[in-house]
This record gives sequence, C-alpha cells and structure tokens, in this order.
Amino acid sequence: MAINFLYPKFEVIRNQDRCISCRVCERQCANEVHYYNEESKVMLSDESKCVCCHRCVSLCPTKALKIVKTDHTFRPHSSWNSEVIEDIYRQAETGGVLLSSMGNPKEYPVYFDKMLINASQVTNPSIDPLREPMETRVSLGKKNIDIERDENGKIVDNLPPQIKLEVPIMFSAMSYGSISYNAHESLARAAKELGIVYNTGEGGLHEDFYQYGKHTIVQVASGRFGVHKEYLNAGCAVEIKMGQGAKPGIGGHLPGEKVGEDISKTRMIPKGSDAISPAPHHDIYSIEDLRQLVFSLKEATNYTKPVIVKISAVHNVAAIASGIARSGADIIAIDGFRGGTGAAPTRIRDNVGIPIELALASVDERLRAEGIRNNVSLVVGGSIRSSADIVKAIALGADAVYIATSALMALGCHLCRNCQSGLCNWGIATQREDLVRRLNPNLGYKRVVNLINAWTHEIKEMMGGMGINSIESLKGNRLMLRGVGLNEKELEILGIKHAGE
Amino acid sequence: MIAEKYMEGNVRIPSGCAISGIINTDGKKINGEDIIKSIEVMHDRSNGLGGGFAAYGIYPKYKDYYAFHLFFDDNISKKECEKYLERNYDIVEVSVMKTRKTVSITNVPLIYKYFILPKKSVLERLQLDEREFVVRSVMKINSEFKGCFVFSSGKNMGAFKAVGYPEDVGRFYRLEEYEGYSWTAHGRYPTNTPGWWGGAHPFTLLDYSIVHNGEISSYDANRRFIEMFGYTCTLLTDTEVITYMIDYLLRKKNLTMEEMTQVIAAPFWDTIEHMDEEDKKRYTYLRTVFNSMLITGPFSILLGFEGGLMALNDRLKLRSMVVGKKNDTVYIASEESAIRVVEKELDDIYAPKGGEGVIIKVKEGVL
Amino acid sequence: MKRIYVNEKWCLGCHLCEYYCAYANSNESDMVKALKNIKIRPKIKIEELNGVTSAVSCRHCNEPYCVKGCISGALSINEGVINIDKNKCIGCFTCVLSCPYGAIEPDEDGVVDKCELCMKNSFGSPQCVKGCPNNAIVYEERG
Repeated sequence: MAINFLYPKFEVIRNQDRCISCRVCERQCANEVHYYNEESKVMLSDESKCVCCHRCVSLCPTKALKIVKTDHTFRPHSSWNSEVIEDIYRQAETGGVLLSSMGNPKEYPVYFDKMLINASQVTNPSIDPLREPMETRVSLGKKNIDIERDENGKIVDNLPPQIKLEVPIMFSAMSYGSISYNAHESLARAAKELGIVYNTGEGGLHEDFYQYGKHTIVQVASGRFGVHKEYLNAGCAVEIKMGQGAKPGIGGHLPGEKVGEDISKTRMIPKGSDAISPAPHHDIYSIEDLRQLVFSLKEATNYTKPVIVKISAVHNVAAIASGIARSGADIIAIDGFRGGTGAAPTRIRDNVGIPIELALASVDERLRAEGIRNNVSLVVGGSIRSSADIVKAIALGADAVYIATSALMALGCHLCRNCQSGLCNWGIATQREDLVRRLNPNLGYKRVVNLINAWTHEIKEMMGGMGINSIESLKGNRLMLRGVGLNEKELEILGIKHAGE
Repeated sequence: MIAEKYMEGNVRIPSGCAISGIINTDGKKINGEDIIKSIEVMHDRSNGLGGGFAAYGIYPKYKDYYAFHLFFDDNISKKECEKYLERNYDIVEVSVMKTRKTVSITNVPLIYKYFILPKKSVLERLQLDEREFVVRSVMKINSEFKGCFVFSSGKNMGAFKAVGYPEDVGRFYRLEEYEGYSWTAHGRYPTNTPGWWGGAHPFTLLDYSIVHNGEISSYDANRRFIEMFGYTCTLLTDTEVITYMIDYLLRKKNLTMEEMTQVIAAPFWDTIEHMDEEDKKRYTYLRTVFNSMLITGPFSILLGFEGGLMALNDRLKLRSMVVGKKNDTVYIASEESAIRVVEKELDDIYAPKGGEGVIIKVKEGVL
Repeated sequence: MKRIYVNEKWCLGCHLCEYYCAYANSNESDMVKALKNIKIRPKIKIEELNGVTSAVSCRHCNEPYCVKGCISGALSINEGVINIDKNKCIGCFTCVLSCPYGAIEPDEDGVVDKCELCMKNSFGSPQCVKGCPNNAIVYEERG
C-alpha cells in the first residue's frame, strides 16, 4: 500500500462515559465513520472519512459526540500552510483537478461587515413596525415605459410582466439533481407560503412541482436540460444563466450515477448519462446573441414572463450589465464570488470573480449614469447571510436578493462543503433514496418559512429605525449606509461615506 | 466662519419648518402683506436661517416671459452668467431686485431679475422644447456657474427668499408692493449651517415652487433616481429633490396633479387591495412603475403652480397641516393660528388625511 | 382520541424512538444513567423489511384482543388507552400471542409490559414522538 500523506482533518471526540451505544451515529453516517465493536462493546470511529457534517452530533441522544478540527500540524509556514501542502499531496496522488462545493471560504474582505446602517433621531421620527404598516413588497421587471392614455384620458395598463415578491428575497437556482426532490419540494412550498419565488436551476421542472408555477423561476442554461415549451410557460419568469459566482466561466457536470429515473425524465436525458453543461452557451458568443435568446424566450412565452439574465460578478461586470440592460432582459441577477455551488473546481471557486457588494455598487451606479437603471431590476446573490446583508444590498441599489446557502442551512445543511460526493447526510445534496428521505419537506419547508419570516421582521425593524416604511424608498438609498475601516477607493466604488462624515 | 465643507450643497441638511399658502380661486389679487402676517405667527417654527415666498400673477406685464431671479456673489459671476443668458435668450428687461434695508437681513448678495425667452434658433438647433431648455439652463447655471444661483424661473410668478426670519425677508423684498392671486411662504429651521440664500425655500423650477416642512427618509433613493433624467441635485435638500420629482412626473411623464400625488404619497398596498377594481388597477400601476418616486418620512408640502396650489402630507401624516376656506379664498398652513390671523371667520377648516392631495385651482378663464 | 401513527415514508430506521422510549420508562432522570450498558426493552420497535423501516407500538385498538383475552384483568382500557397493571399480571402471555401487531412483550420479571403513551411516566406525552428526528412518528387525532 502506498503511503498516505494525509492526516484526517477532523477528530471525532466521543465521550465514552456518555455513549450508550445506541448506534444512531453509525446508522446515520453515510460516510461510514462510526462502527460498533461487538467484542469491546464500544463505538469506534474512522476519522479519515469524517466530513464534519454534524449529522451524528445532532442526532446523538446523550450528546456524547463532538467533532473538532485536528491540531495535528505541519511545521508552521505562513505561505506553505497546511491547506496548501495537503492540496499538493492530494493532487500528486490523483493527478486530478481539486473539487469543492459551497462558497469561497477564503479570508477575503466581507464588505457587508464594513457598512453600518442609519437610524432616525429627533429631526424625523422612527416608525414602529408593530404599530404602523411597514411594506416589503417589491415587483421586479422593466419599469421604463411611456404613459399611455385611452380616449377618456385613463392610463392604459402597459406594464411589462413583473415578478411580485412579498419580501425582496428569492431562492436562487439549484437544480433537481444537484439537490434532492425533498429539498426542491421544501423550497417550492416555502416560496408559495411566503409569496416569493424559487428557481429550478438547470435541471428542468419535476412534474409534481408544476403546481407551484407562480412561485417558480425556470432556468435556461448552457446545457438546455429539461427545457420545453410547457416548462418555459410553467413559471413566473425565465432565467438565462450565463454564469455562477462560484465558478465564473465554468459549466456544470452532474455525474451519471445521480441521473436516476426521475432526474432522467425531468432533464430529458438518458438514465445514467452524465449531464454536462458547457462553459458558454454555444449560441451566445456575444451580447447580440444574448439579445436573440432573450427574445426567443419572450416569443416562446408570448411576452408574458420577465426574462432574467444571471451573470457572475467578474471584473468588467458594470459594462456587461449595461449591455444586458439594453438587450431586452427585464432583470439582471448578479452572483458574487462567494456564491455557493454543488461542485466547482477549487481553484476557480477560490480565485475567480469579485465581491458582490462592489459589483452591485458599480453596476447600479453605471446603469444610473447611463439613465437605464429603470430598464431592469437588479437582483444580487452570493453569500447573503442575514437580514442586515439584505438591507445593505438594497440600500446599495439592489431590488431584491437571491439566497441559497442560508435556505439550505434552514433545511439542515451544515456547510461541510462535500456536496460533490453525493453523500449528503442531511438529505439535501444527494439522490440516494435512503438519504433523501432524511429531509422531510413538512419539517423543512416550515424551517425555511421561519427563517424568511424572522428576516422580514428584522428588515422591518431596521427600516422603521430609518423612518422608511416602504422598502422601495430604501432601494439605492446609499445615504443610509456608512463605511467603517474602508479606504477612499472602496468608499468611492460603494458610493458611500465613511462613518462620522 | 463655518468651514466650506459644512456649507449648503456640500452636506445634507435636515430641517424643520413652517409653511403657509393663500390662494383666491376667482383669480382676485391678494396683497403680499397677508402672507407675511400668516407666516409671522409661526415665528417659533423657524430659527432665522431662512425664509421665503412665492407669488403668482405678479408680473402681468411680462407674463409671456420667463422671470429669472438670480443671486450673484459678485459682478464677475454676474457677467459670466449674463454672457450665457445673452447667447441663448432674448432678454427684454433686466433690473435690480427691489429691496429695503432691513437690520436682520445681512450678507446680501447681488439680486437681479431678468425677463427672458429662449432664442428660437437655439431651440431649433438643440431640438428641445422651450420649457425643457429653460430647465436645462437653470441646471447648468446652478451647477456650473460659480457664484450664480437661479432661484426663480417661471412665467408671471416669482420667488423671494433670504437668510433670516420669513417676516423680515418679506419686508426686505417689499412684498406689500406685489399683488398675486396665489402666495406661499416658508420659515426654515435647518439643523446646521449658517444658512445660505439659495438654500432657503421656496425651491422653484419653471412655474413650480415648493415649500416643504419635513425630513424625508427616502431622500437618496429619490435623488439617485431623478438624477438619471438630467436633474442635478446641488443643494442636497429635500425641497430640491421633491421639486425635480414633481417636474418629472407632471411635465415629462404627463401625469395629472392627482396622479402625481398618488405616486409620491402612494397609499399602502393594504389600502390599495381594498379599493374598487378600477382604482386598484391605477394605483397598482402607478406604484409599480414609479416605485422609486415614493417619498417616505415626514413631509408637508405646498406646491405652487400656474393657476393653482397643491398641498400634500406624507402618508402617515407625520407633519401638521390644516386647510381653511372663506368664500373664494383658501388658506393652508402648518398651524391653524397662521390662518386665523388673516381670516378669523372661516367657512370651513379641516386637516387633510396623510397622502390626500388637496388641489386648488383657479377657476377656468379668470386668469 | 389521539394515537401514535407512523409514516414509513419518513422513517429513517435510526432507532432513536426505541431509546427515547426506554429512557422515558426507566424512572431515571438522566438518559446516560438509564441506558448505559443496558440491553433496552423499548415498547416501540423498528421493524425492517426490504429496506423499508417503520416503528411499531401498541395501536390502542378500540376492540383490543389483548384486553378481551386477559384472564386476570391486568389489561384494561382507560379513556381509550390500554393500561397494564403489572401486579395483576400472572404471566400467561395470552395477550402476547393475541396481539396482531406484536406490540406486547414479556419483561425481565416474567410479566408483560406495553406502551401506555407515556401517560404514567414522568414525561406525560409519548417520547418516541418527541425524539423522532424526521416527524415519522406523530401523535394526533385522526377520524
């Protein structure tokens, strides 16, 4: 046997005094970390398999388990740190591209944490959301229209199609395939109850979920999986996915073993075949090609659905967005470099793209400078972690946000970042029937609803503090933000003043 | 002397205030003394850092010309500005503004009045209509010409403003010598700066004049939106942005006065849901299309325009405002006392609801 | 009346219900003390066939064979709940044989024991339900 260069990343600490050998840890670990030794009558573990997903910890009835990061060390080196070294060992062994999942975990600045929100004092009153109406409803779509009147002088309703949201939060694209049927059901039901929308991702729409159509964005991506006329017309909007924050410039790959009966039918591909989404759309090599696809989709949906174009936040994002705003698209979605994924090449996830806060600020400013901000709505995603992030994003200029990681966390995701293995112990990023069953949508959807309701309450509290009782008046209201610990250039890009100014 | 960086235009200034308006719907002329008396009662609502008036129907002789009122820091800036005006406008009369020496009004700039009309050739070259060109000229002078500020630019109307208490400002401008069918007044209570003449209210654009009491919380959302359409907010005051929004909605989007109030003080969605189908459709449409034009936070505004006066409160009615009527005269003020001082016996007095636009128009044909 | 129902669609076969049951009926205040190094005798049991798992416990039948067949009067129905009086049980196991669900079993003392919906222990409500991580076991009123 070859030498194993890798020491387990985590240690399973089992308090043998508390362990009653009920073996729930063993039964619930798809990675087969835990096992029972009949002879000595104790539970043991193989830590090399542990991904730190906490399924065992959460289910252990006597709290006998915890997972800790190993303190096993290489000789410390600030440049050649243990992560770097281990990656090299891993690649030397396999010769392969490193894969990871979920968002970029590196220590880049989080600009949301360097912005502070305003509140009213004396000169105007704050508003108590428990006593006064506090509005969070938004509608997304093109607003730049000429007022037309009929012969009696009444305004003619010539409003282009819109997405109506009770709160400016949407669940971003995650395909059926990358996540489970039960995860999709949970999100769809939550979206319906909350009056918001979820997104099919590039995986088609399972026939069971057509009933949630009003709360569904259907996606068209480079692989065109599961796209047909009924699909396009099933949702409240169509999204063209040009890029994803976690892997700008990269396509997708759903391995054949995940393509079972149901997924094969939904994606319209043979069972067991790999579903490969190319890096670019092969019918879009430039902006004029995008315009053609936008209008093809509008034709297919008879101009009744807004079209979203989703791009990842890259260096030239403002100019790209400006082009999209003139392409006939109704909504631009921008995904920041911390956005999640079911699988991405590690180097891309960790090194490509720019922070969503800066991308948003520069896109919003650019579109306003060109007088076309009103042509489109702006949706941003990529690590929106809390209601405060949402308030800040909207004050910077977003119409709404996309969330995914936090919604999955409501469903049980512990961010072990091992989605690509297909062994998700929480029944989310897996297609293994026994694992999928672990996510009961009756419980899951309620937890998602709770999370969004809690955030909505918090958003209202913050708005009330600012004396704003409609979220429309927060949009682009950058005076409500101040920076802390940011340099001149950062403040300039964000378009905000420093705290104290 | 306060540092330049704290001066008006370089910093956003929240302010509280007093407002008052009088209009005769028969188009009968009212002397300026009435409005001075009315605003004077509310002395304590201002702090001496700004007062002003707008009057309609005061320049019948030149009623077809734009009456530009300008502040100049000095003769150099005046010359620069006049060069620009001469290039682009036919000027029929230039005069120094009539004023009277008043102890409490100091640091007086040069104040001039021009009756002008854009040159046909200029309009043709730029393919602009007359009013749009005038708006652009005002924007240009106010943002690009140092030491110059256009504080009135409508036809047959004028604004008069200064740093000081409003009653002193009224007497400084000798308003008792003017007769107009409609008047508005403003006393200002800014929370910083020594006050600047241009920053006093009313804020005007063409024949629109705004006096406003409040501090809107939607300011930067409104500002950044309206600036997309060629307006430049140089003062960073609520009044400025509200004026531009109203101009945009009325003049560029051709909304009616009523529809405009339904945009900027839109009812809550809850209220809209319970309206009859037709209203519901219209309100939903307006709120959706003009979502960035909603104003939140406290305000009471009086909008003067050719032939009328409009009063509007924020939708929560966070600022006081009452309307009184006597025969064909309508009074609107922050406090009832400001009405009673001019007219003791009223036929009717009431406080309009939050978001309810009160639109008073002079009868057809009398002007 | 409220009964325990199991939806095998959501049963994960994790066996936690058994442990929560055993603990609830142990008269101990600490789970570790109650269950450490002990062979548990839960009154709810996971059954498994062809990869399908489900928890089985007393159905508290309306016309229970066990009560009908009990020759000593140890089993009785109180407001729909079938109770066992261990002092009266003579260990004939007629009930064990007659229960169509296999929900009654002898205990270590030679008398029978069964689910009483945790009504008699210190918890007062079914702990298997509370301990089920996936809501597969529910305690509810159904028609």
